[in-house]
Amino acid sequence: MDLVSWGRRGRHPHRVLRPADPGSVARAITSGHPGLAVGLERSYGDAALNSGGTAWDLTALDAFIEFDEEKGLLRCEAGVTLGEIQRVFSRRGWMLAVTPGTQNVTVGGAIANDVHGKNHAVAGTFGGHVERIVLLRTDGERIVCGPDERADFFAATVGGLGLTGVIVEATIRLERVAGPWLETRRVAFGSLSEYFSLVRENTEPFSVGWIDVVTDGGRRGIFTTARPCSAEQTAALPAAQPERSLTVPVTPPFSLVGRATLPALNKAYYWWQRSGVGTRIEHYRDYDYQLDAIRGWNRMYGPRGFYQYQSTIPWEGAQEATSEMLHRIARSGQGSFLGVLKTFGDTPSPGMLSFPAPGVCFALDFPDLGERTLRLFAELDRIVSEVGGRLYPAKDARMPRELFEAGYPRLPEFLPFRDPGIESDLARRLIS
Amino acid sequence: MTKHTTSSALVVGATSVIAQHIMRRWADAGAGRFVLVGRHAERLERVAADLRVRGRSPEVSIVALDMLDPEAIARAVTEAAEQADPDTVLIAHGAMYDQQRMQQDLVLAKDQLEATGVSPTLWLDAAVGLTRATRIAVIGSVAGDRGRASNFLYGSAKGMVERAAQGEQHRLHGTGRRVSLVKPGPTATPMTAPLQESGARLASTDAVAGIVVRAIAAGRPVVYAPGLWRWIMLAVRLAPRALFERTSL
Repeated sequence: MDLVSWGRRGRHPHRVLRPADPGSVARAITSGHPGLAVGLERSYGDAALNSGGTAWDLTALDAFIEFDEEKGLLRCEAGVTLGEIQRVFSRRGWMLAVTPGTQNVTVGGAIANDVHGKNHAVAGTFGGHVERIVLLRTDGERIVCGPDERADFFAATVGGLGLTGVIVEATIRLERVAGPWLETRRVAFGSLSEYFSLVRENTEPFSVGWIDVVTDGGRRGIFTTARPCSAEQTAALPAAQPERSLTVPVTPPFSLVGRATLPALNKAYYWWQRSGVGTRIEHYRDYDYQLDAIRGWNRMYGPRGFYQYQSTIPWEGAQEATSEMLHRIARSGQGSFLGVLKTFGDTPSPGMLSFPAPGVCFALDFPDLGERTLRLFAELDRIVSEVGGRLYPAKDARMPRELFEAGYPRLPEFLPFRDPGIESDLARRLIS
Repeated sequence: MTKHTTSSALVVGATSVIAQHIMRRWADAGAGRFVLVGRHAERLERVAADLRVRGRSPEVSIVALDMLDPEAIARAVTEAAEQADPDTVLIAHGAMYDQQRMQQDLVLAKDQLEATGVSPTLWLDAAVGLTRATRIAVIGSVAGDRGRASNFLYGSAKGMVERAAQGEQHRLHGTGRRVSLVKPGPTATPMTAPLQESGARLASTDAVAGIVVRAIAAGRPVVYAPGLWRWIMLAVRLAPRALFERTSL
């Protein structure tokens, strides 16, 4: 059957095996390789594709195994979604310490891409909260690893893009919270330097900046910070909130996000957010997972799909480089609706190929306009590599091999841990 | 009628994906006791562990046995009734073999009829006769609505379950105890993996589970899930023979 990754830039034929329980995983992966373990296909590019080959769909491995109520240690199968963890445990005073901007990812995928959230500065990456991983190799070997046990295998597997073996089980340290609510604060900024001073002054654990990259060459935006509500605040709030969601039911014949609509989309979003400036209480679903509220939002880019360009660059020279990137984007005339700026703290990432590094992280979505879009990316690549930055493999579909190798200097150290029975489109493009 | 809430459930075929999703919803809503029945202890343990982590630490026990042994069935249901006094019973097991292969192999055909027809029917009768449960649900299938060339042995077995459910409903009339026959349309489960491989768009298990949980609570006698299948199957059942037999369904 065909698999489509989140960027929807094509359909890729796969032989899909879907083991129903942990006992059948070993059989599937030792017989049908080379293959690749896949989950909910939220990687934007080709990290979760193995075109023409086998995909081991592990989403049926969705059972919890054990929960230590004292320490907050959750042991679960790799196909459990982050959304399910948040839903079940937020009611009991525990939540994931790190979550990306969507809850529709599996634990296995979160580890393999060592995902991060809006609280990187205080919490580091997802992998930093993983105590133990059970990895199945395609030769039948079962490897149990963690920060203190076969630490080398652990460092290769966290952020290892699923290439070191199939993650079948993990133990994750959850974080104590009073409830599912956050106190959020929105501030409007009018220039990049204003954004950078807001970031420097910020003391809240969660923060994210959205920048309107279309209007006035990309200057204004909204800076949102958050902290979990205290027990006193939570006591006055309801226990849960009904789920609401909209759906993009079909793929429109052309991109709804493009030159004609981007100025209006960005203006509308800016003024909508601008009207919400100030402090308020929000449910974690509304703050952490804004885009999940529109199911299938990736279809808005039409049948040709879209790219995400996500980079991180060191603090040194970050403002100038970001400004230069905005300038290039404005000049290219290819705006983006999603211009998201985050900051990464000093917590070292646990994986050899983890993306986060101290500095500024910038994510942009672009409709796929073919050559024009790729030319813009080449210009952005130059800026990123000049300041010693890197791109996020989970989002990437096109970075040149040199940029990957320059951005991930520990690649040679990683290679010996690869499972020869595992392949992916990304691995073929950037590694092997 | 007061609204039914499941606090203690006996679930036969508890490793089935639909049963697991239904039980998760019961656990979320506060059910405190589960008895899980199936063939493989190890697979049942996995489901039990999952339920124990969810909800308010429910008490979960497992029973692994030969699902066709009438004595073992009677014993297991009697013990479950004594120990857990279930208010809800769900019978969810079955298998689906390839029709073509069964036409070549009568042993496989017999397995199909027994695993999906005879066994659930025996469990249903035991649940009605030996427990005090006020909600008893059995998973049938839209395939039981009309025999068709592509899967009529599976359909016959499910048709048997349907007749049994009708009879039990009749038997329990006026007692306040309800039997629900659930007919899922094709759902994304391991059983339908070949269908998914061919690119069919199937309903999500969780959506189907949500429909089933509400229908069991309400005691509805026949439940199509998703509901659209009620109308599709009405058309299938009413299609004139001359027309129906020319299709390749």
